[in-house]
Amino acid sequence: MAEHDHSHDHAHDHDHPRLSELQLRVKSLESLLVEKGLVDPAALDVFIDTYETKVGPRNGAGVVAKAWVDPDFKRWLLRDAGAAIKSFGFEGRQGEHMVALENTDRVHHMVVCTLCSCYPWPVLGLPPVWYKSAPYRARAISDPRGVLADFGTTLADGVEIKVWDSTAELRYLVIPQRPAGTEHLSEEGLAGIVTRNAMIGVETLSYPPKPGVETVA
Amino acid sequence: MIAALPPLEDLPRLPIDRDGPVFREPWEAQAFAMAIKLHESGLFTWPEWAEALSTEIAAAQKAGDPDLGDTYYQHWLKALETLVLAKTTLTVDRLESRRRAWRKAAERAPHGEPILLPEDERD
Repeated sequence: MAEHDHSHDHAHDHDHPRLSELQLRVKSLESLLVEKGLVDPAALDVFIDTYETKVGPRNGAGVVAKAWVDPDFKRWLLRDAGAAIKSFGFEGRQGEHMVALENTDRVHHMVVCTLCSCYPWPVLGLPPVWYKSAPYRARAISDPRGVLADFGTTLADGVEIKVWDSTAELRYLVIPQRPAGTEHLSEEGLAGIVTRNAMIGVETLSYPPKPGVETVA
Repeated sequence: MIAALPPLEDLPRLPIDRDGPVFREPWEAQAFAMAIKLHESGLFTWPEWAEALSTEIAAAQKAGDPDLGDTYYQHWLKALETLVLAKTTLTVDRLESRRRAWRKAAERAPHGEPILLPEDERD
């Protein structure tokens, strides 16, 4: 697929139900429980967030680390992310239609979508709560530098920011830049410093990791 | 970090790794969280939950579920619905009409917009 800035042409999505029957049942039960005051939605979110790394195969960090150490794998990943990720030994319905975006000194990629159904959770685990919020999505498009600043991320003036709108068919994995000072790390060690936020593109990586940064591996 | 949980060994086939529960899809984690939170708030006891769940699993097996682990959270969700209907004023009709409303909301939501259910469609 040709590289392009984010597109609003999503007509093709209508062939697919946005929610499966099981998702509908969960959503229905949850919304009724919330309205009856039997469940606190914020407490539910906080609880679910503790399982962010426990959903799906979550091999994104391993994929990024391999791309850093193996140029052939990186070329494959950039050409056909679905197949390259699959070579990690998992079959993921939602992880298959993937495009990998490489951050460089000149361009920084960032991914948005309001729904977890459009988030590559087999690769990344659960989306963070803020990722689904309307303000994040709106600002990611109108003020990407502001959103990055909220995450403590500042890019050099000349760096172009590309915002990619994830769709039901096409999901993105950002390959963050490998931080300096990691030459001695093994592939496994490298996977340990790759964060979920970096693979969404709201964070750059540093080594040693910034305090308070949670890794996904 | 994994939150404190009731005794999971009471739930024999729960999919876990060395840290605790794992989920195949996000909705499974949501269903898991709802049961844990409702138990915490006292809607049902943990033995009640274990029994409701094993009843669902036994019924599914009887109906021919091959029980390969991939349907575990479908039984979990069924048990949760059953227990909530038994313990609260919620009715099956209400649950079903809410599902229809969410299905409609999902069908009309353009991609990139959140799926929302307006107040006046909440039966």
